[in-house]
Amino acid sequence: MEKSERLVENAASLSRNAKALAEQADAVLAQANQVAIQVVSSDGDLFVYFLMVFVLACFVGYYVVWNVTPALHSPLMGVTNAISSVIIVGALIAAGPESISLSKAFGFIAVVLASINIFGGFIVTQRMLQMFKKKK
Amino acid sequence: MQENYSAFAYLVSSVCFIMALRGLSSPVTARIGNIYAVIGMLIAIGTTLSAPQVLSFSTILVGMLIGGAIGTVVALRIKMTALPQLVAAFHSLVGLAAVFVAAAAFYQPEAYNIGVYGDIAIASLVEMSIGATIGAITFTGSIIAFAKLQGLMSGAPVTFTGQHAVNGFVGLVIIGVIVLLCTSQSAFPFWMIIILSFLFGFMIILPIGGADMPVVISMLNSYSGWAACGIGFTLSNPALIVTGALVGSSGAILSYVMCKGMNRSFISVILGGFGGESAAPAGTAAHGDKTVRPGSAEDAAFIMKNAGSVIIVPGYGMAVAQAQHALREMADVLKAEGIKVRYAIHPVAGRMPGHMNVLLAEANVPYDEVFELDEINRDFASTDVAFVIGANDVTNPAAKTDPSSPIYGMPILDVEESGTVLFIKRSLSSGYAGVDNELFYRDNTMMLFADAKVMCENIVKAMNDM
Repeated sequence: MEKSERLVENAASLSRNAKALAEQADAVLAQANQVAIQVVSSDGDLFVYFLMVFVLACFVGYYVVWNVTPALHSPLMGVTNAISSVIIVGALIAAGPESISLSKAFGFIAVVLASINIFGGFIVTQRMLQMFKKKK
Repeated sequence: MQENYSAFAYLVSSVCFIMALRGLSSPVTARIGNIYAVIGMLIAIGTTLSAPQVLSFSTILVGMLIGGAIGTVVALRIKMTALPQLVAAFHSLVGLAAVFVAAAAFYQPEAYNIGVYGDIAIASLVEMSIGATIGAITFTGSIIAFAKLQGLMSGAPVTFTGQHAVNGFVGLVIIGVIVLLCTSQSAFPFWMIIILSFLFGFMIILPIGGADMPVVISMLNSYSGWAACGIGFTLSNPALIVTGALVGSSGAILSYVMCKGMNRSFISVILGGFGGESAAPAGTAAHGDKTVRPGSAEDAAFIMKNAGSVIIVPGYGMAVAQAQHALREMADVLKAEGIKVRYAIHPVAGRMPGHMNVLLAEANVPYDEVFELDEINRDFASTDVAFVIGANDVTNPAAKTDPSSPIYGMPILDVEESGTVLFIKRSLSSGYAGVDNELFYRDNTMMLFADAKVMCENIVKAMNDM
């Protein structure tokens, strides 16, 4: 009789422990969320860093492009068109995972589109530049 | 550690792209520049492929092969006269790719470390929306530009009352929906933004006329860069941000150069409604007692053979008639006679920046015989013959003398100062701006009424017979 009472008591304390553990797990989860949010918001610092890169790149672009001779403005459009397809890096990451998903499909389409541009843009630019010759 | 390596690789690839643009400062270094750009692209792609989350190489390879094959075939087959359309079509693809990458990031934000679906960081959502919006505008805008250049739709501006108000309203709604997206995080506003931006892209290019296309193409070029930038911020990818900024500023500068070549403000071009492909043909009656002096190929051949120097002024008409090869043959005959031949290019001649230069280069005209407006304009006075082929408004003296003219203030090539002006034209119709060209009625102008290519061939024949 005493034995079975102890068993009940043990079971009760076990369930209490389990409950406490669950509560602790909840707390850990909440903390993890907090950390995750902090990581995301520390993107703020990253944003400032990338903004700096962006503004400096605009200035570089400005001065470099003013130096382009007007005769080569068409090849300039060709090559800028080709290099703007570097957006393919975003597409590759989306198309990267093994599992099939909507985002992978989008990524695949973007890879195709950007590839048309990369190949087409570079080849047509090269064709244009090949024609610019000096007087023989 | 891996991240540091990729950041470094992206830096190298950005530098390669800058070197590519730098190379274009001279035709001598340009081809090496293009190779730099290819290397930069290979580095960027290679770096991304080595990222740990990129695993399904077969899918990627298939995608790149399909795209690469299409791009290669198109680029090898395209005629140089169709270059503006091709560039417009390519811009539309960059825009659409930006939209798809944004959509992929929206549905699987974990892949880009910007949160989880339904709980994406607000800053990333805004960047993503900006990239997707500009990308979508670039896509549909470029399609309209393509259709106008390819002749699939009339180059005339499509306008209706309240157009700008409607466009402004659509623009505001897009901003509103972006705010909605940030608060709700749901897919519906995301797709709303894309659809509205598609609409907006159509609407803003429709009112812009055919001959303003150099500005439009440059502007869309710029947009495709800013779209890449927006996506670059979303993905925190420095190579994408740098490249986007380079392309964006390049397109902006080209737009500025083109606007200046027409003496029009960027805003007035964007608002559109200027000119039309089929500007009212000016009937002879309207010219009153003014008379023109028509000439034949033989007359032209005789005048040029007896000249000491000739400046050729090509325009869009030369591209339409595919006359560049016949023109170069004509120039060869003249040069063989010891006559000095040069070419003068107006900044807005043709349908894209540098269009004429490429066509002349295609016809094997050496680039050191080709000059820009500023370089050659004062030489017209000391030149015997100005040979205008397919250009019109860019030679109209009204731009200097008539303040009431719509093209007043536009820099023009001073062909009227040369000894004789030979003007090839199919009829006496006015140019794109709908302005009569008083040059036709000058005493020293001889009009050669014919197709540009046929006329050049006939002149060559006549010169050889002499």
